[in-house]
Amino acid sequence: MESNEQIILKVNNLHTYFFTERGVAKAVNGVSFYVRGGETLAIVGESGCGKSVTALSIMKLVPSPPGKIVDGEIIFDDVDIVKLSEKEMRQIRGNRIGMVFQEPMTALNPVFKIGDQIAEVLLHHRKASKQDVQNKVIELLRKVGIPSPESRINDYPHQMSGGMRQRVIIAMALACNPKLILADEPTTALDVTIQAQILELMKELQENTGTAFILITHDLGVVAEMAERVIVMYAGRIVEASAVKDLFHNPLHPYTVGLMESVPSWSDTSGKKRLKAIPGIVPSLLALPSGCVFHDRCSKVFDRCKLEEPPLLEHDNSRLVRCWLYK
Amino acid sequence: MWSCAGNMREKEYKTETSISPFVESLYRLKKNKTALAGAIIVTLFVIMGVFAPILAPHDPIEQSLYLKLKPPFWYKNGSIKYILGTDDFGRDLLSRIIYGARISMVVGVVSVSISLIFGTVFGAVAGFYRGKIDNIIMRLMDLLLAFPSILLAIVIVAFVGPSLKNAMIAIGIVSIPRYARLVRGSVLEEYAKDYVQSARALGANDLRLIFVHILPNCLAPIIVQTTLGFGSAILEAAALSFLGLGAQPPTPEWGAMLANGRALILRAWWAVTFPGFMILLAVLGFNLLGDGLRDALDPRLRE
Amino acid sequence: MLRFIANRLLSLVVTVFGISILVFLMIHLTPGDPAEMMLGERASKQALEELRERLGLNKPLYVQYGLFLSRLLRGDLGRALRTNEKITTEIAERFPATVELSIMAMIFAVTIGMTAGIVSATRQYSIFDYTSMFFSLVGVSMPIFWLGLILIIIFSLKLGWLPLSGRISYTVHLETITNFYIIDAILTRNWQALKDVLWHLILPSFTLSTIPMAIIARITRSSMLEVLRQDYIRTAMAKGLTPRIIHYKHALRNALIPIITVIGLQFGILLGGAILTETIFAWPGIGLWLLNAVYARDFNAVQGGTMLIATTFVTINMIVDILYAWINPKIRVS
Repeated sequence: MESNEQIILKVNNLHTYFFTERGVAKAVNGVSFYVRGGETLAIVGESGCGKSVTALSIMKLVPSPPGKIVDGEIIFDDVDIVKLSEKEMRQIRGNRIGMVFQEPMTALNPVFKIGDQIAEVLLHHRKASKQDVQNKVIELLRKVGIPSPESRINDYPHQMSGGMRQRVIIAMALACNPKLILADEPTTALDVTIQAQILELMKELQENTGTAFILITHDLGVVAEMAERVIVMYAGRIVEASAVKDLFHNPLHPYTVGLMESVPSWSDTSGKKRLKAIPGIVPSLLALPSGCVFHDRCSKVFDRCKLEEPPLLEHDNSRLVRCWLYK
Repeated sequence: MWSCAGNMREKEYKTETSISPFVESLYRLKKNKTALAGAIIVTLFVIMGVFAPILAPHDPIEQSLYLKLKPPFWYKNGSIKYILGTDDFGRDLLSRIIYGARISMVVGVVSVSISLIFGTVFGAVAGFYRGKIDNIIMRLMDLLLAFPSILLAIVIVAFVGPSLKNAMIAIGIVSIPRYARLVRGSVLEEYAKDYVQSARALGANDLRLIFVHILPNCLAPIIVQTTLGFGSAILEAAALSFLGLGAQPPTPEWGAMLANGRALILRAWWAVTFPGFMILLAVLGFNLLGDGLRDALDPRLRE
Repeated sequence: MLRFIANRLLSLVVTVFGISILVFLMIHLTPGDPAEMMLGERASKQALEELRERLGLNKPLYVQYGLFLSRLLRGDLGRALRTNEKITTEIAERFPATVELSIMAMIFAVTIGMTAGIVSATRQYSIFDYTSMFFSLVGVSMPIFWLGLILIIIFSLKLGWLPLSGRISYTVHLETITNFYIIDAILTRNWQALKDVLWHLILPSFTLSTIPMAIIARITRSSMLEVLRQDYIRTAMAKGLTPRIIHYKHALRNALIPIITVIGLQFGILLGGAILTETIFAWPGIGLWLLNAVYARDFNAVQGGTMLIATTFVTINMIVDILYAWINPKIRVS
């Protein structure tokens, strides 16, 4: 189901490096993708693959030093935000791009009431009267499914459960009706039942508001549930990009195959199929292997993989894969 | 800026090789320039104290009326024989300062030993047995902490009589709670760990458990506190001596020298400046070293 | 919250009770006969016996303590042996001088210390950061009795900018009402005296502030750095807030929690340091008074002064504890 919406975000050849004492870590190493209005794009990969840094790069919140966007462009609404000043960037953050973080337990400021924390975004980006803002906050809280929001606005974060806090953070991200929300592992820290509720909420909100999501996760189950298109990242690189249903139907890259095999299958109830872990560990970003970054863990490795890194190859028209098998 | 970079780096780029924690501590200590500066100052200070009779050009208490209030050597009427000048009794300031290092060293060792020994025993017993004993000991420690430490030291000395010996004891007593609290905390933390419980199950007796199993594992913070304790003991002893409640004349103690120099403030700035500067330097040395050790030994405590 | 305060109050009472026992027992620390210690070795038998009788030293220990405590509860600390004046009167006259000095020192320490710490944290590893952390390390190690003398040499003797000692010039007349000279000068609209009083305050209060200032600068820096790496700061940045708001609203409010505790602890250092500072600057406060009592072996006065200073100290600590709880919603709202 291809969306006909306009492309709102286009990332071209993004390189974000961390300059550490031990060397240069190429956390994001030539990543390109786009997001259409109203769709959900998932970025999956193991921790350390550069997916979070990609999101932080889009917000231009990569901690600096030691991190830096060294090359590439990020076109949001026809403007390359890499070139924007810090001041111009602040007009975008929280206003036109919202962000939802992984740790709801620590992502809210413990000394301020949650109502005030949401109101802060509105007051900062919109000129509005206190009363209007208060009403809007209550409306937002209702929208994200917090019961009796009128009294809850006076709660401090520690008085709420993890799921409730994540709803508050989502409300915060939604406050200014952004075009795009970056959700960095939004459900990872939550209980399974709460996870489902939050995902359901996000889906519902997206349908109602038409906001696009970039959903960063390591959980293929979440991807299947939420996204239309998916990017698989490994060691700072995109190794595969395709529509979600294609990916699940027929994973191309050996790494993707490995990822899928390491997750219990929901179609296989017999329990006979054993889970397989990918051998080896994620390579250090300071010392990437030569050739294909995945070759030393790959089950289908051959000579060329060790010497030359494959480009992102087109496959079946709409799919991309970085593997010599498909040349 | 916010450095989520710290934990991000740890998470995303785990280092390849792992070295032993001890070697890593040494490495961190060597890299820490402030700690190095502290170690150098402390070493110089110790050398000065130990070799005072060799290093000092003159007798520190020998008086000479002809040499009264000689200025440092760079003044016209100064003399290279008395590099830092002399005091109002004609005593060589440099020699007195060198011997002062020896006295401060003794003060540090004695006071810190008192607080370290009693503090460790109290803290270990409180943390190990908990319950009533813990309550009594820690209440007592809280009580000692209810007084500003220098005040308590002054009052103790006031009642037992002013002397360097009493000052050292008073300073030692005053600092006991610091060690007791620290050790108690560490013991409580260690006690819960598996190795203690298994040693216990194997029938180790209490003393053995405390001194052989638990305390060695709390060493890092104790070492740090001891190093810092040297600094504060020297400072407090100098303060007491300055007030006339510690070392008595003609002992070449830095604080006492300062008290004497105070009367000469209009005529001999050197008699005030140099002894006080030595106090500052010695205390600074121990503080730098203590901070450095904290960073090296116990990254959790790092500021 | 109310229960918390009640709890603190109760533990304050217990502590003060403990202090009174300790202070009472101090006199029995003296090697030998306290009466003899006070009057000197050549005192006559009769004088000694009289003093013993007056101090109740002939009665059993618990009776003595009972008397001591009942006097304390009535706010009676006895009479100073030197002047035969009521100790409470003597203290009341001198306490404002110490409080004025300490408050001024605290103002220096908090404003300069916190500013330096915040700027250091927000510009970590800058020249400013290195310089201010160097100075705070030196500050923590400072023998303030020496610093005071050096400041006197420079600013009073060499440059002649600031007065050498005391609270007010002999030539300046001030009608005292509260014995807080600043307040008195303002109340009587005596601007000349106000200037003179402030002038006298600068050196002693700065001297006294050195160590707390250094400690506050260090804790502020480390506490701010700790807070700045928290997730909620990243959230605040993702909201598009300016660094100003992030540093001074989001970060500082959280960093304040440990800073307040440390500031509270500094009062002890101040009260202790006041003894040294007052000695150097001939400041007629409680510290100098106590020290003179020590020199004169006036143990009655020493006990009274100690009791008062320790009680003040633990009371301040309790207030800080409550403040700490109040600023921290996790404790306040539960």
